[in-house]
Amino acid sequence: MMEVEITINGRKRRFDVEPNRLLLNLVRDDLHLTGTKYGCGIGECGACTVHLDGEAVLACMVLAVDADGRTVETIEGVADVNKLDPVQEAYIEEGAIQCGFCTPGFIMTTKALLAENPDPSEAEIREYLKGNYCRCTGYVNIVRAVQSAARKLGS
Amino acid sequence: MTINKVNTHIVPIEFEYHVPGSLDEAVGLLEKYGGEAQILAGGTDLIPQMKQRKAEPKHVINIKGIPGFACIEETPEGVKIGALAKLRAIELSPQIKEKIPLLSEAAGSIGSVQIRNLGTVGGNICTASPSADMATPLLALDATVHIYSRDGAKACSIAEFFQGRGDVNLGRGEFITGFTVPYPPVGAGTAFEKVGWTTFDIATVNVAAVVTLKGGKVDHCSIALGACSPAPVRGVLAEAALIGKEPSAEALEEAVEFIAACVEPRERWRRAPPEYRRRSSKALAMDALTRSIERARRFP
Repeated sequence: MMEVEITINGRKRRFDVEPNRLLLNLVRDDLHLTGTKYGCGIGECGACTVHLDGEAVLACMVLAVDADGRTVETIEGVADVNKLDPVQEAYIEEGAIQCGFCTPGFIMTTKALLAENPDPSEAEIREYLKGNYCRCTGYVNIVRAVQSAARKLGS
Repeated sequence: MTINKVNTHIVPIEFEYHVPGSLDEAVGLLEKYGGEAQILAGGTDLIPQMKQRKAEPKHVINIKGIPGFACIEETPEGVKIGALAKLRAIELSPQIKEKIPLLSEAAGSIGSVQIRNLGTVGGNICTASPSADMATPLLALDATVHIYSRDGAKACSIAEFFQGRGDVNLGRGEFITGFTVPYPPVGAGTAFEKVGWTTFDIATVNVAAVVTLKGGKVDHCSIALGACSPAPVRGVLAEAALIGKEPSAEALEEAVEFIAACVEPRERWRRAPPEYRRRSSKALAMDALTRSIERARRFP
């Protein structure tokens, strides 16, 4: 067991973890933040996307001990208590969600995209979201949602 | 990968975890544990391998705590890139985009943003995969590899560094601290090309080219070919066939005929049979040379 200190969704927390524990399992099983999904486990589907020190990464590829002293944001940290984030609103309004399994990952990646590039083209959106798989929507509405979120955030 | 036969939910092996704070401490750990140790940098190769028990280290040494190891710096000899520089940082670095765009282009072609935010250039090279996308541009640009051990720092050329699949020229207790990538010759046009199963997958074949023109003739030409030999190789015969010639369509056709003689694809490799790799390496070399020449022509 090793003691680590990780700031999760704005709160500094201490954990005792085994070195082979994945950040994904710490988040889901210990903190019960189950919005972050386990999809493929090999870095292809993007369902486990979280922000580590502000950058979109895959929680299934990061050891919990490696997050020691760092900041993690999950989908649960995105919205205020009573109000959805504009990106979440846009996904709902544009029908960019069907079964919803991939949505937390998409929203975390979208937030990283819009933080870097507030007005992305369709090609830039598709390229940036390449690492997130959605097997329901066909992506068209997801691209629209990102464009709509960009407008909301820009106005 | 046979996804359904492996539980990728957990890392099933147990190991001791080390976070050295200095190069010497890291070297000490590597010497002490030797083959039982694995270095953890980005983790995008090591962690899936541990999940599948393809890597079963007893000791994992996280080198991210060593300061000054992720630099991207302009020096008189070229751009110095620390081994821990993230692929995403190389892709976006304004200095690299301006001075050595070939590196940005190759880095940006790897995996997804999430992978590039984790993966490092040192890791991409150290896994010694013949398909490593950073290997071909480094080889085409004659980069220098900086290696550190108890005996101090040493350097070797990237060509010497690659020995073959899964095998790089690193001894026990040695590890890569970074690379110096010389600036391409003035007026050089460069290009990176790859094919894979999907744009997300690792390369089935990748090619990097650097060309300069002088008086309408090819003055400098380097072509590096990845994933079509046990280690990334230079297409030396094709380079020689082009230097001193006007880069006409015929001259290019003639030069890329030599590509098949430069590569040695293996029968047992996944993703594509040898013939596919021989033909793709020729086609991609053609594309990379054509694009490099176009870019070199734009130079005033």
